[in-house]
Amino acid sequence: MTVAPVPQDAVPALRDALWAAVTSRDEYRAADVVFDALAQGMAPEAVLLDLLAPLQVRVGAEWAANRLSVTQEHAASAITERVIAALAHHPAVRTAPTLGRVTVACVDQEWHALPARLLAEVLTLRGWRVDFLGAQVPTAHLIAHLHANGADAVALSSSVPTRLPAAHAAITGCQAIGIPVIAGGPAFGDDGRYARLLGADAWAADARGAAEKLAAGIPAPDLAAGHRRIDDLPHLADQEFTFVARSQGDLVKTVLTRLEAAFPAMASYDAHQRERTAEDIAHIVDFLAVALYCDADELFAGFITWTAEILTARHVPAASLRPVLNILATELKDFPRSLRLLGEARRALDAASVPSGTHPGAHA
Amino acid sequence: MTSIEGNPVAGAGQAPTSGLWALAPYPVIVADASGTVVRANPAAALLLREALPGASMADTVPGWLARAHREALTRFAAHAGCTGDLPAPSSGPVGARSFEAHPTPSPGGEIAWWLIDGTDRRVAEQALATERQRTGFLVEASNVLLASLNTERCMAATVRLAAEYLADVAIVVAPPTRGRLPVVHAVAGQSAVAGLIAADPSSLPGLAEALRGFPPLPSRWIDGALLPDWLLPEGFTGTIGSVVVTSLPGHGVPAGALILLRRGDQARFSEDEEIFARLFAARAGAALSAARLYGEQTAITQTLMRELLPPRMQRLNGVDFAGGYRPAEMSERVGGDFYDIHAGPSPDDASLVVLGDVCGKGLDAAVLTGKIRSTLQALTPMVDDHERILNLLNGSLLNSHHARFATMVLASVQRAENEVRLRLTSAGHPTPLIVRLDGTVEEVPTRGTLIGALPRIESHSAQVVLQPGETCLLYTDGFTEARGGPLGNELFGEERLKRVLSHCADMPAEAVVERIQMLASEWLHDGGHDDMALVAISAPRTTHLSAVDGHTRGRYTV
Repeated sequence: MTVAPVPQDAVPALRDALWAAVTSRDEYRAADVVFDALAQGMAPEAVLLDLLAPLQVRVGAEWAANRLSVTQEHAASAITERVIAALAHHPAVRTAPTLGRVTVACVDQEWHALPARLLAEVLTLRGWRVDFLGAQVPTAHLIAHLHANGADAVALSSSVPTRLPAAHAAITGCQAIGIPVIAGGPAFGDDGRYARLLGADAWAADARGAAEKLAAGIPAPDLAAGHRRIDDLPHLADQEFTFVARSQGDLVKTVLTRLEAAFPAMASYDAHQRERTAEDIAHIVDFLAVALYCDADELFAGFITWTAEILTARHVPAASLRPVLNILATELKDFPRSLRLLGEARRALDAASVPSGTHPGAHA
Repeated sequence: MTSIEGNPVAGAGQAPTSGLWALAPYPVIVADASGTVVRANPAAALLLREALPGASMADTVPGWLARAHREALTRFAAHAGCTGDLPAPSSGPVGARSFEAHPTPSPGGEIAWWLIDGTDRRVAEQALATERQRTGFLVEASNVLLASLNTERCMAATVRLAAEYLADVAIVVAPPTRGRLPVVHAVAGQSAVAGLIAADPSSLPGLAEALRGFPPLPSRWIDGALLPDWLLPEGFTGTIGSVVVTSLPGHGVPAGALILLRRGDQARFSEDEEIFARLFAARAGAALSAARLYGEQTAITQTLMRELLPPRMQRLNGVDFAGGYRPAEMSERVGGDFYDIHAGPSPDDASLVVLGDVCGKGLDAAVLTGKIRSTLQALTPMVDDHERILNLLNGSLLNSHHARFATMVLASVQRAENEVRLRLTSAGHPTPLIVRLDGTVEEVPTRGTLIGALPRIESHSAQVVLQPGETCLLYTDGFTEARGGPLGNELFGEERLKRVLSHCADMPAEAVVERIQMLASEWLHDGGHDDMALVAISAPRTTHLSAVDGHTRGRYTV
């Protein structure tokens, strides 16, 4: 291109224009902003990573602050997807593959496909031949794809920490057939600690980092050694994860019953409110299970303090989390690691000094 | 000490020739502190002919033994009077054999060296080490080769392993495809390089035979100097001294040939090594043919599956469509639920959308969905007459050998101005739902008999109009019958589906599909489920009609 590059200080204005277009559900205006940026000389990769990627971060932040509904969040993602698809067909963006082949996939049951999609587009731009398998790829499909098509590396994306056990299965599955895995996404920790814990061959904080690591080459796993999942996580031998994960429904029921006994106000909840409370408890048990899987205190404590913020933003008293943790501690009194995690979470909650309230759960 | 010496002999410096001493089954040499041989028994005299009494150890016994004597003297002098542990024996070659020498000190400062023949043990130990190394290699080779069902990776792994352990250069040649030979090279210490070469395999003696599975030529019959150029890796320099060509046996058919090359300055392949190379080739061949078989099966499955996979849904003639499908079995991609979309002959004609559920799961059910879908495609011109379509389909299913029935919804979809007009007909299928702009959820009043069970069917169509931002949802009972939830065993149910849908007012079609799929998936929480399919039909929002200028031409082609 002969046009001068878009000056860096023009980027915030472009982001705002894009934000306005996406939140007002105007897919055409969103596409206009993106194509205008290209026409003005912004590099396609910068369009993807400096305009579209921050949009998703903002969507998540606005949702957490209760300024964006879940439906608006879905709509924004759908529009961003369409814009990326349109961008991929733009003549300025088409690239012939010159490097190796990479498979980009989301972990099983991981619905946030956009970060992986952006990575797939960036790698394509940089000359990789990319197989993008999309959101929630069952590990069996991923492995079958790799057997049939081969790959120099797999880029695995996961944003929700509860999918870490599934991510572990995918990582070991790929490695078992000799293909290295680079992990990315918030689920793996902001410093990639869970990617290391689960034995990923590499980790990157963002798409540019992943592209650089892939370009430098990620060594293939040693097949000769033979590797089992338990080798990475010897603490799983105590069966606490297995117990909590398997009896999730019963744990939720028990917590719900005891909460109702302790808080008579809950008797007035309608079926919908009751279900929302049960869902919140189920989430807490989910995170407890994954924290047991990774043996990571900060995973569970972090989720509890984050939930407290989310509840506060929705005017639900976050103090209601404490009795849930207490009841779980009674139920799991024979499980030392669970007790440790619950204790750490209670301390973190105290440190966050959430205002106290009287009604547990049940945000609409 | 003296008792061992047996009968006293005439004097120092004279070899003992009789008694126990002479009968000792091991060679024994006694030397003094100055390194001079004092006595040697007959067995020693046979082994070390010059080590006669009076001779210097340094001149008449192997260096390692003379050195051991000097070291033992120092050690015994330092520990004089101690009756501690005997020093460790020394060992080394004597002629072609290998001996262990055990020292025993005597009070006079002399040391008796008992020489024990360890040749057989050394040979056995070497053989054991070689076998261990080979077993380790075969285990590693099996781990590596069995890991991949991808032919290219398997070929690369084979040459890499062979170049690391068996030869300086390893080459795998696969059976020719369309006159060209797939070839993968590896030079020891480098990564494998693959290529497709137009060459005649008979240019290397033994190769054409190996590719056809004949027994290998002994390597001494193949002259390294006659190796064709196409076989050598690019940039390879040096002469080839020794070549092994061996067949990679497959399941019934040869999987290719393995060629091992050694440089001119390396030892030739021994017969033993050739046998070992064949052991490795047997494993590599089995892995390669399994990979090839898997590849062929996958290609066949993909071809057949292509017709059964749900189609991509997107905007068509001004209407937004989105579909989502999740088969019951995680390992399968198809099942008894299906949906399809057929555009009308022109953009002004209605499109026909169908979503349905064949009783049963898995591939058997999927095959019938394929049949229904192709029948419906042929019936698309009758898009205005659902009853006739359903009757023809019913007749076709009754006359087929399939003993299965199906439920489905047909939708004729047409855009008119900003609205989308739908004619919907249910054939024994869960009622389609409409979400209005204000979040109200309506059931579409259509009902009818299921298909493929009774000779006569009835159906009642319903007409619906969607305003921009409104969506019609077709779904299968896999959603409403999903069991799970926070308490583990509750039905997702129609009421919950309606509640979820009411929050999807004014959402793009694909976002509606994604939202419902995501919530149902969370509800299931890794639990088992039936096939689940859904289609959203939405009237697009039209907030941007003002922008019909040159720059945005082609957006509204309706």
